Amino acid sequence: MNTKKKAGAGLGQLLIPLVALGILIVFNLFRDLGFFAISMRVNNSGNIVLTGNLISIIDSASELAIIAMGMTLVTAACGGQDISVGAVGAIAGAVFVKILQGMGAITVGSVLLGLLLCCLATILFKLFNGTLVAVFRIQPMIATLILYSCGRSIAYWINGDATPQLNSPIISSIGMTIPGIPIPTPIFAVLLVGLLMFLVFKFTSLSLYTQSVGINAGAARLNGINPTLIKLLSFALLGVCVSVASVIGVCRLGQLNHKTLLVDIEMDAILAVAIGGNNLGGGRFKLSGSILGAYIIQMLTTTLYAMNVAPVNVKAYKAIVIIIIVVAGSPVVKSKLTEFWNRTRSVRQTKELSKRGVS
Amino acid sequence: MQDDIVLTMRGICKYFPGVRALNNVDFTLRKGTIHALMGENGAGKSTLIKVLTGVYAMDGGEIRIDGHEGPIVIHSPQEAQHYGISTVYQEITLCPNLTVAENMFIGRGSGRGVDWKGMEKKAGEMLNNLGIPARPRQQLGSCSLAVQQMVAIARAVDAECKVLILDEPTSSLDDKEVEMLFGLMRELKSRGVGIIFVTHFLEQVYAVSDQITVLRNGELVGQYDVKDLPQVKLVEKMIGKDLEDLSGIKNNAPAGSENDVFYEADDLSSSESRPFDFHIAKGEVNGFTGLLGSGRSESVRAIFGADPVTGGTVKVDGKQVKITKPLDAMKHGIGYLPEDRKRDGIIADLSVRENIILALQVIKGMNHPISRAKTEAFADEYIKALNIKTASTETPIRSLSGGNQQKVILARWLLTHPQYLILDEPTRGIDVGTKTEIQKLVLKLAEEGMSITFISSEIEEMLRTCSRLIVMRDRKIVGELTGEELTQEQVMKTIAGGEQ
Repeated sequence: MNTKKKAGAGLGQLLIPLVALGILIVFNLFRDLGFFAISMRVNNSGNIVLTGNLISIIDSASELAIIAMGMTLVTAACGGQDISVGAVGAIAGAVFVKILQGMGAITVGSVLLGLLLCCLATILFKLFNGTLVAVFRIQPMIATLILYSCGRSIAYWINGDATPQLNSPIISSIGMTIPGIPIPTPIFAVLLVGLLMFLVFKFTSLSLYTQSVGINAGAARLNGINPTLIKLLSFALLGVCVSVASVIGVCRLGQLNHKTLLVDIEMDAILAVAIGGNNLGGGRFKLSGSILGAYIIQMLTTTLYAMNVAPVNVKAYKAIVIIIIVVAGSPVVKSKLTEFWNRTRSVRQTKELSKRGVS
Repeated sequence: MQDDIVLTMRGICKYFPGVRALNNVDFTLRKGTIHALMGENGAGKSTLIKVLTGVYAMDGGEIRIDGHEGPIVIHSPQEAQHYGISTVYQEITLCPNLTVAENMFIGRGSGRGVDWKGMEKKAGEMLNNLGIPARPRQQLGSCSLAVQQMVAIARAVDAECKVLILDEPTSSLDDKEVEMLFGLMRELKSRGVGIIFVTHFLEQVYAVSDQITVLRNGELVGQYDVKDLPQVKLVEKMIGKDLEDLSGIKNNAPAGSENDVFYEADDLSSSESRPFDFHIAKGEVNGFTGLLGSGRSESVRAIFGADPVTGGTVKVDGKQVKITKPLDAMKHGIGYLPEDRKRDGIIADLSVRENIILALQVIKGMNHPISRAKTEAFADEYIKALNIKTASTETPIRSLSGGNQQKVILARWLLTHPQYLILDEPTRGIDVGTKTEIQKLVLKLAEEGMSITFISSEIEEMLRTCSRLIVMRDRKIVGELTGEELTQEQVMKTIAGGEQ
């Protein structure tokens, strides 16, 4: 028996999201070729930028894609989701703006410092969630419900009722485009966070630890892993993701609105994790799946708007498509498909065997 | 079809990716017989049963059952039941908080209201007829496991039942309960039901069966009448080679000398165990024995730091060290194979490769990942060395048979090259062949200088492998046996409190 080759072909985790994305693209190709048109345009600040639906999809999904990565880690390690990412994102935005205001002038240095401190604050809030989950063993959804409810109030306390404006080329460089570079900056942020994650997984065995803890925390502990630490770490990394996403969100608008910043993003992030084929009960995960999931969600929204669906109806149509994707990726359908695949395979094997005269 | 044959399976084939689970297997069941289905883990017993009950679709072959012209195809357990094939599984799948009668009839009948009176009356008759000591209105949970098992059987055998499959029905019963269950099996047999009996216990096969079918590696070895197949021959057929006499395995090394001690604990206690003293020499194999709950597992867990350590001093290689959590123990060269493989051992969804390298990776630390190529090489090496049957290194460990899962966990610890390995019930629930392999391996490792603590419920196994036995009762060490004292009788006496 060959022990080297991959286990039976099976169905890769990414198959369903890739097919979904493929169908969306093909659908749009037939609907309107112009949907994919990309052109150069001069924007309000006088920069030459790329525009078009594709660019706008990839650009606007940035916050979601970044948070979805963090959510994937928490899901894998804790077997549950953090529903406070949007609310804590508002806190992060408030901290970022407060620091910039405190520093007076907006310079590259002050922005970096703001980002750093905002990152630290977010990590602290996420560790609060993490402690409830990992140390006190509270269900993630209940534990994170606390900040989900009060996060936006905290953001309000930090910054008062005002919707402070940030007017600076540096801010619009982060939220929109850097002069001279036609691609929106948030896209680079996704690449950067993705690259960082990739490097972390490449140069540590965090992935093995996280999956072990998510699948069987007791056995992981008997193999010397500290499950509490791993769970806290997943929340801390989610904190980093949330703070980056939040800073992008603030810079995109050039203002902070604690009521609308990253609002409802928790549900889309969980959805992205699920569409990406990750088990919401923890364990095995693929970050690339969740990122794909984020872009699928955004592409779906943009497609619906491009079809002139009224904004009030968009969510309903979105729901229908998502039901189809989630059911197609469900364990029941997957196992049926795998069974079908194996059956055709074994029939082939039988034929080959009888050809060789073995059976 | 011959008159007294109720079921024939011909040329059954079943493939899984990379594995031929069943290859051209025949099986014939006669009316009113008890037919034992034997084989090691991974021999294909469960697969054959699952094909017969419609859980798996077969890839080739045919099934015929009495009363139906021509071959039949079974798509689901419900369909199997329709053909008169009923199964009672190892784990009791009834509802303990319902009454016996409710359990027997739940999910049956018209679905338009329940005739409670009639149901209880009918249940009472059935229990009476089959000689099952339970009352219809009794809560099922209040019955002994054996009676629950019998109720499950009563539920399975209605008037239509021609074939009854019992999958490891005795694994959680004591001797008396097993006898009760056998009584019921004989009763059903006299009514003409054909019974397929799957079990690991050889004695039970000979106590109750009429015929034996042996499978090995997914192939049929043969079908025999019990009287023609003595026990030794049966084991030979199952393993496929002449059984090297188990009694040939014997640890002849003297109990470890006091001055070559590797690990030593004074007054060690944990949240789960009372203070105890313990030591093990290099190259020594010793064991903790005692009844279930005597504290033997808790003691070794304390040594490994698996439960919070509450007191005592520990010396490794003569130096005092602190072992308060598993990682401490691992860093001092101690490995621990836990008692409950499913709960504490395997990481079910991870691959065989990942399960093998886990402990070594953790010892190296998260920031020093072992390269993919290296992990593959390690996995290949140990899959070969321990003869682990798996489709590939990337197969999830949960799809392996119990014995092979255990070997993976063993490989995980051997890969860390421990100086002291604790094996808690390494042979539980695994087949004879693998048991023998593991016992041999233990002695070989000890010869190479590894210290090993071996725990097993089977005293014979411990007598073969250990040169010193620590006997526990009521969470206290009550005796230590070495040399000439290592006899079954002496161990029993000490466990029971032999001095009186």
